[in-house]
This record gives sequence, C-alpha cells and structure tokens, in this order.
Amino acid sequence: MGIERIKSIKDLPPEENVFSGTPACAGCGALLSLRLTLKALGRKIVIVNAAGCFTLLTIYPYTPFANSWLYTAMASAPAGAQGVRDALDILLEKGRLDPEEDLKVVVLTGDGAAYDIGLASTSGAIYRNLDFYYLCYDNEAYGNTGFQRSGATPFGSGTGTTPPGSVRPTGTELPKKDLFEIWRSHKPPYLATISPAYPVDLINKFKKAEQYKGPKLFIALSPCPPGWATDPSYTVKLAKLAVGTGVWALKEAVYGEVSHTIVPKKFKPVEEYLKEQGRFAHLFKPVRQEETLKKMQEMVDDYWKRHQLLL
Amino acid sequence: MKKEMLTGNAAAAWGVRLAEVDYIPAFPVTPQTEIIETLARWIADGDMASRFVTMDSEHSMITAAGAASATGVRAFTATSSQGLLYGFEMLYAVAGWRVPLVMVNVSRGLSAPITLETDHNDVLAARDSGFLQIHCETCQEVLDSILMAYRLVEDERVLLPIIVNMDGFYLSFTREPVEVPNLERVRNFLPPYQPKHAFFKASQPMAQSVTALGGSLYSYFKYQMHLGSQKALEVYKEVCVEFEKEFGRHYDTIEGYMLDDADYVLVMTNSFSTLGKAAVKRARARGIKAGLLRLRLLRPFPAENIQRALTGKRAVAVIDQNISVGKGGILHSDVASCLCNEKQRPLLFSFIGGLGGKNISPGEFEFIFTELIKAVAGEAVEPSQLLYTEEEWQEMVRLKRIAGKE
Repeated sequence: MGIERIKSIKDLPPEENVFSGTPACAGCGALLSLRLTLKALGRKIVIVNAAGCFTLLTIYPYTPFANSWLYTAMASAPAGAQGVRDALDILLEKGRLDPEEDLKVVVLTGDGAAYDIGLASTSGAIYRNLDFYYLCYDNEAYGNTGFQRSGATPFGSGTGTTPPGSVRPTGTELPKKDLFEIWRSHKPPYLATISPAYPVDLINKFKKAEQYKGPKLFIALSPCPPGWATDPSYTVKLAKLAVGTGVWALKEAVYGEVSHTIVPKKFKPVEEYLKEQGRFAHLFKPVRQEETLKKMQEMVDDYWKRHQLLL
Repeated sequence: MKKEMLTGNAAAAWGVRLAEVDYIPAFPVTPQTEIIETLARWIADGDMASRFVTMDSEHSMITAAGAASATGVRAFTATSSQGLLYGFEMLYAVAGWRVPLVMVNVSRGLSAPITLETDHNDVLAARDSGFLQIHCETCQEVLDSILMAYRLVEDERVLLPIIVNMDGFYLSFTREPVEVPNLERVRNFLPPYQPKHAFFKASQPMAQSVTALGGSLYSYFKYQMHLGSQKALEVYKEVCVEFEKEFGRHYDTIEGYMLDDADYVLVMTNSFSTLGKAAVKRARARGIKAGLLRLRLLRPFPAENIQRALTGKRAVAVIDQNISVGKGGILHSDVASCLCNEKQRPLLFSFIGGLGGKNISPGEFEFIFTELIKAVAGEAVEPSQLLYTEEEWQEMVRLKRIAGKE
C-alpha cells in the first residue's frame, strides 16, 4: 500500500498537540499514549471524552489541547462522536461548513468505559459504521477512582475491589476481557493495539488507519504508576516488558484479518513483568503462589500458540 | 394553511418537519414511536431533508442529539417514560452544554408495575435538569409548541434544551383537527438555524463541558443555567406575541378557564385539563363559581403569573397526575411555594389522580368542588387525597381475590 511509514524515532512528528502542565500523575503511561496519538492525528480533531482519568485534563479555564473537546458521560462518548460527526457531515453537505474546517472525530476513553459501561454505545457506533477514531488508554482498572477492577483487569491483579486476602489470595479471578476481539466481531476496517514504548509502531498504525473510513480502534496498554504501584520513571520499561514477555500483543486487524506487528524473538518469562509491580506483589509474598503464576504464564503461552507464533 | 385530522404524534412530526430540523437520532418506545416512524417515512420519501439515525439506546440518543446541537445543527428527538429515565443522565449534561435541543416526551407512567398509559412522573422527574418544559393540552398545541420551542431556546438569551410534553394515548393516539401551517409562514416565524454559540471547527478550537473544580466555579455555571431559564419567561412572552401575529393562535405561560370571577379553582396540566374544563362548566351550571388554571410552561416556573391568577381565590385544588412517593403531588408543592408569602392566599389542597391513565370521572371532579366548599365553610378537609372511587376499589378487591392475594 502506498502509505509512507516512518522508520525510526527520529521520524516522529515534531508537533506537540497536548501540552505540559496537566494534572496527570507522574509517569502516566496513558498521557504518553495520548501524546503520541495526537502527534499522529494532528490538530484538526475534536476529542469526545468519556469519564476517566483524562476528563481531568481540562479544568476550567485551562485545556492542554490544541484541538476541540467535548465531554459527554462515561457510557456514551461514541454516541457523542456520532452526533458530532453527523452534524459536521450535515453542515458540509448543506454548505454551512467550509471543508477546510472539517475535523476528525476521536473518542478518548479509559478501559472502564471502553470495556464496561460504554460497550453498548461503542457497539452501536461500530455497527453504524461511524467514521471515527477510538483511543482506549488501558491501565487495566478504574484508575480515576483509585484502582478498582474493570473488565480490563488481568487475572491475578490486586485492585481496590479485588483485594488479595487470606481467603481469596489471588486478587482478580476473572481473565481480562478481549476488547480487540469484541470489536473485531463487528468487522470494522481497522483495529490495533499500541504501546507508548513503541512509538514508531504506534505512528505507523495511525498512518495505516487513516486510509479507512469507518470505526478505527486503538487500545494502548498504559502503565499507571499509582495503580500498578511502580516507580514513575519505570513506565516505558514496564510497557516494553509487557510486550517482551508476550503479555501485550502488538497487532492490528484490517477488516478482521489479524497480523502481529512486533513479535519478540525470544519471549521473557511473564514473571519478569509481574514482579516489578505492586498490584502483583501478593503473588510472591508472603508465599509464592505457584499455581497462579503458572496459570498466568500458560494464558500468555496459549495466546501465542493459538496464533502459531510460539513454537 | 390546511386542516387535517392528526394524532398528537403526527402533529409532533409535522412540527419537526416544518421546523426543518437537520438531525434526528431516534430510539423506539411506546407511545412515542409513531413520531419517529412518521419522520423516518418522510425522510425515506424525500419529503424532509434531514438525517435520521437509529441509535442503540435513549442514553446514546440524547447524547448524539445534544452533541449534534453543540456542533451547530438543528436537532430533534423524542422519547417516553422509561426511555426518558434511561437517558436521564444526559439531560443534565445537555442542559449544561447550553444547547437548544428540542425533545418531545410522550408521558407514560413509570415501572414498576409496568404500564403503557399516561401520567407525569416521567417528565416531572426531569424538571430540575435544566430542560425547559411546555405541557400541551391538544394536538394543535403540540405542533405549535414545537415551533415555539425552537424559537425560544435558540434565542441567545436562553440557550437551554426543552421538552415539549404530551400525554400518551390521550393525545399521542387521539385524532383532532389540526391546522398545519404553510412552510413559508413557519420560516417567517422560525428562520433557518444560524448558531453563534457553539461550533466545532478547525480554525476555532473549543473545549465544551470541561471540569469545574471548586464550588464557586460550579455554582457560577449552574446559576447561569438558572438565570437563562428565568430569562426564558421574558423571551417566551415575545415568542407568544410573534406566534399569534403569524398564526393567530394565542398562548401564554398559563391558561385561565372561567377563572376571572372564580372562587374555587382546579389547577391542572396536559390533556386531562379538558376533562377539568368540562367539570368547571358543569359546576357553574350548578351555581358554583368554579374555574380552572392550566399550567402550560412548567420550567421555567411562571410563579408570578400563578400568584396573580390565584391570589384572592377562596380555595384551590391542585390535581397532580403524579406521585412523589413519600411526599405527594409534585405540582402542589410548586404551586404552594409561590403562594406561601401571599397575604390573600387561597386554601390549597392536593388531589392525586389519573395515575397510569386512570380516568378522572365527573363524579370525582364534583367531589373535589364539594371538598373545597366544605373547607371554605370551615369544615375539616384532608390536605392531600387520592382520587379513587368505591367501584374502583371493589374491582381491585375482586382482582386481588383472583390473584390469591386477598
């Protein structure tokens, strides 16, 4: 395909579209995902936001964005995107808006809204083939309210609502929902998982997505230092480890056809990723939960075996 | 102008068509569905140049309608009952966005138990949201109110969304003669929408609905909504004058029926007011100086007009087709609050009737007037009563027996 791909980090668009001085936590992986995403999308966008950590980026009278912004509610950002996109199309059709003034419509949401409360609204927007981008900053829990289990929380993670205790030592006992596959079943033109630690991969995915009209999903695994109980300086390293251990598969799907964009040559043990994080500390202390750790490694292995990338 | 036999739902659809609405996100719910089906058919046949989108829920529907309105198009949507409640979160949001969305609500009682028929707990639950509310008695009024609603809320002094309310079944599916105005006349009254307030575009980035931390900021924005709503009282009067000039029909915030010399007054809203008016006529024939006050604009609440209309009356019965569980009639409280400092305030009683479409019979209206007369004569009268006849009670006993719940 005739898309210009970037080759190295030196080719990243220099323009900054989300400015510094936000109230995001130090080392916020989601903010890094957003910063790279907005480099890719440019300024001619309107962000339609669902309740989450990033709702607090715009606090009257300040905004860190160079573009427009509309906060809707937790459950219905895709429906807000529908209203904005349809209205822009109506204005363009009726000659009431200069085509130069047109905007891309971007839903910005955390995993709580994306995987749980906003799922019906999301499904509706994909079904209606709405032309929009959807960025889910996935920190694997309800981060804005502290750190409680969401549909994105992985098996074995401790959270505020799934605390590991003497009777239930595991933490979250359900596996992470597969949002990528939920989207894929709707057959939209473009889906991708991204990581703030792989900016070249991230930018190229947006470049590829650009050529498709319709729903375009980007799920960014975004380390959350307060929730994951990690050092803020460790965010990028942790995001890399998630990919290097196979926990976070970097992939895309064009009209449902899946391909992996970055596959580690040799997978590191999942434990290397887990042991760095406070949310998994209970798996190692006071006693090592061998069964749980084994199961977690198997879940990752099964994924890659299913895709015939782990032999 | 042509006169047609239209249901309330069809009259609503005509109002939307004549307002040349750009955008209609929709979701079906009884008894509102006929409105969106009618609009969908007109759009499919090329009679309307609007974009119609079927949404996944009322929550999504109201979000899309409000977001489109914020982007600068004339938007419309409609709902009923549980649908209104499912979208309820977004009522506050859309009002806070300060966008002129017009929504029709076809009133229906709320579950549980399930019913399809009318009362006003649905729409009155929304009375504090920031949406203005016009309540209609007739099908003609439904059509007219939609045109007036756009003119009112698109005014830069108001910029708040609005609900135009009608009763399910009693109005939604009842055919009445309705004058359908010519499009040119409507355009004189309601020019094409040219918003200045909100418009997402590349050259003018704008953040809408941002966080306002700190109570003083929040209070400022909330109170601005209140002031906008209060301002709507003044703008509404102008709209009524302009409407009458163009179409010859007179509307006000309230409507008095045989009210001027009345001693005993019923306060009502919506289509049951017609029953109330007939009861007033019958009472007059029996020599009772009866009258009726119909509330048409419920938000903003036309307190001064109501005060003027009721001051000096001997006794007033507010008939609420709703029940605030644990309190009683909702409108009774609103009316009482605007009379409480009046020196010549009337005795004020609350009657709850017509829940879930239950009829209010001539006998029950007679009972209300008897109670008012007794109260004025100094006899003890219950301050709040449910209208429920002996026959209805006997029927309930019979049904309970069948259900084995004696």
